[in-house]
Amino acid sequence: MEQNIEKHTIAVLVDNEPGVLARVIGLFSGRGYNIESLTVAEVDNAAHLSRITLVTSGTRMIVEQIKAQLDRLVPVHKVRDLTDEGPCVERELALIKVAGTGDKRIEALRLADIFHAKVVDATLTSFVFELTGTTSDVNDFVALMTQLGLVEATRTGVVAMAKGQTGF
Amino acid sequence: MSEQKLTGAQIAIKALKDQGVDTIFGYPGGAVLPIYDALFQQNDIRHILVRHEQAAVHAAEGYARSTGKVGCVLVTSGPGATNAVTGLLDALCDSIPIVCLSGQVPTHLIGNDAFQEADTTGITRPVTKHNYLVKDVNDLARTMHEAFYVARTGRPGPVLVDLPKDVQFAEGVYVPPAEVKHKTYRPQTKPEIARVEEAVELMANAKRPIFYTGGGVVNSGTEAARLLTKLVQMTGFPITSTLMGLGAFPASEPQWLGMLGMHGTYEANLAMHGCDVMINIGARFDDRVTGKLSEFSPGSKKIHVDIDPSSINKNVAVDVPVVGDCAAVLEEMIRLWSARQQRNDPAALKDWWKQIDGWRARNCLNYNRSESVIKPQYALERLREALKGKDHYITTEVGQHQMWAAQFLPFDEPNRWMTSGGLGTMGYGLPAAIGAQIAHPDAVVVDVSGEASFLMNMQELGTAVQYRAPVKIFILNNKYMGMVRQWQELLHGSRYSESYSEALPDFVKLAESWNCVGLRATKVEEVDKVIEQMLAVTDRPCIVDIVVDQKENCYPMIPGGKAHNEILFGPEDSPSDATPEDGMVLV
Repeated sequence: MEQNIEKHTIAVLVDNEPGVLARVIGLFSGRGYNIESLTVAEVDNAAHLSRITLVTSGTRMIVEQIKAQLDRLVPVHKVRDLTDEGPCVERELALIKVAGTGDKRIEALRLADIFHAKVVDATLTSFVFELTGTTSDVNDFVALMTQLGLVEATRTGVVAMAKGQTGF
Repeated sequence: MSEQKLTGAQIAIKALKDQGVDTIFGYPGGAVLPIYDALFQQNDIRHILVRHEQAAVHAAEGYARSTGKVGCVLVTSGPGATNAVTGLLDALCDSIPIVCLSGQVPTHLIGNDAFQEADTTGITRPVTKHNYLVKDVNDLARTMHEAFYVARTGRPGPVLVDLPKDVQFAEGVYVPPAEVKHKTYRPQTKPEIARVEEAVELMANAKRPIFYTGGGVVNSGTEAARLLTKLVQMTGFPITSTLMGLGAFPASEPQWLGMLGMHGTYEANLAMHGCDVMINIGARFDDRVTGKLSEFSPGSKKIHVDIDPSSINKNVAVDVPVVGDCAAVLEEMIRLWSARQQRNDPAALKDWWKQIDGWRARNCLNYNRSESVIKPQYALERLREALKGKDHYITTEVGQHQMWAAQFLPFDEPNRWMTSGGLGTMGYGLPAAIGAQIAHPDAVVVDVSGEASFLMNMQELGTAVQYRAPVKIFILNNKYMGMVRQWQELLHGSRYSESYSEALPDFVKLAESWNCVGLRATKVEEVDKVIEQMLAVTDRPCIVDIVVDQKENCYPMIPGGKAHNEILFGPEDSPSDATPEDGMVLV
């Protein structure tokens, strides 16, 4: 049996009703599945639909279970495994606060420029950078900033979409 | 057309009526008083007052399982709802369709730690198939109809509707069921034909096939059981079933091998172990059935028919998954099988049956008969004889007596056997028997019980007496939590930690105090007479205290963590190496 741990990005379209997120999260905690990240927001106000993007990992058998279990929840419309279904775009947004003066401050700004991070707040002793990119871009940027006075970081988790013309 | 306004309570009752509900099991309280008031003012729905909310759900399960309808429950907020939790989970584990209405504090008090407030939808989320909190009376009718649809569609299960008291009082518009269509929930019931073709191809080329069927066939309905029987007879294959599936195929047929699993028959388990094609219909490869997963039926191709895609490839990887309702799949299988020219090599099938007959000859359910002490198996054999030809239903509690009942009582029809399989809820049997008896007032309903399990919901005797439900409580009294004692003997050096039933009541006097009939057998020769007396009681409940051998263990037994071919047959098999260390942790 295949025992390799695979990482999958799964998109779930749900009715935006009270308790729906609790059902999804309760499913993961109750059955011992991993959540590496989870994001959720309403995507269709008129139809009351929300889209959840979650990144999870497990053996092939577990990932298939996760999808089947998600699909079984009554308010779930659709479950898509973006990792399985071909190439997809994955992005995260992060806010990263760095404090410091002198060379470190200049270096932080230079690196931010390389990463296409935007300065969204500045004081004489700190910056807040806004960075959008893949998870690994964000990881790399945070690792660099750690050496330059990282104060705090907050990340949205992954949102993702299949490439090409077909929709969800 | 002017729409007539109704109160929330009236809407709830009207929705129940329109859903075909004739009986509801419940217990009143502050937060459901408007519904009880509406119940009082109508005559279509009969309310059965239980003595504890857990029992209301079990009674509804007994009602549902014995009729094929959705069982209905009404409880109050807070403790009413939390008491129902065990019953709801029981129904979830065994896929029993239940709709439970719970009262809730008024919407403006939700979240204020009000009197008898509980986060009922939060607490019951993991123990229901789905649940709802209705905050607007105009959503109530739609929600009620959806609840029934979700409870009975696909893999059935319990659905809870939480109703704040102000919503029960508020006036709103009623919507009939026909106008309600669920937005998202459309389980697949018709199978993909290509998959069924693959399955039939495998079946037709099998040399050592076996049908392994489960509760899904019973849930699918009597038509599914009829089709299963037909297919099994057409193919000539052997068949075994899980605890939950008993009765879907007639136990009196020669192709029936008995139940499989931890306390299943030798022939069923060895046939599962040695088969080359396994046809699982509506069972879920539960750990009680598979034993050690890595050694479960190692040489077989596996077909799995299930209405719930999440049951497929969950525990055991299968070769041909077929998603669909059992009846729909069986119908296709029969059609394809009938149309086929090429079928199994008869010589191979004959050899397979010869091998199976050899295992059967081992007579694995044999036990050491005794003249001096009543063996529990003997009591059940006598019960079996006495029930022959009678319209009867059996429920059980949980433990040794349950396994013995599954081994020794034969079922030729579905919906006759009600037991707590997945959750293993002690205290299930008596309320379930009451539910079955309410649905079938003229039938004989027997709760095969143990003395410890009976104590868990014995307050329900009051319910049985009140509604003149003549349930028979057949207690195999060994003064121990028998299955706990058995495991302690086999796996924990006979250290009987807290498993002795100390301070038992006199069951005959207990029965008499409730104005029931109480009977007792302490000698072998008394068993038949007591059963005869029990069956003669038709106007009130009857408790039968069968004082059985305290040391009797339930065999055959596959200890936790062992494979199907590593079976203990009886006390002569050494328990010392019964369970490997990694098996000890398994329940």
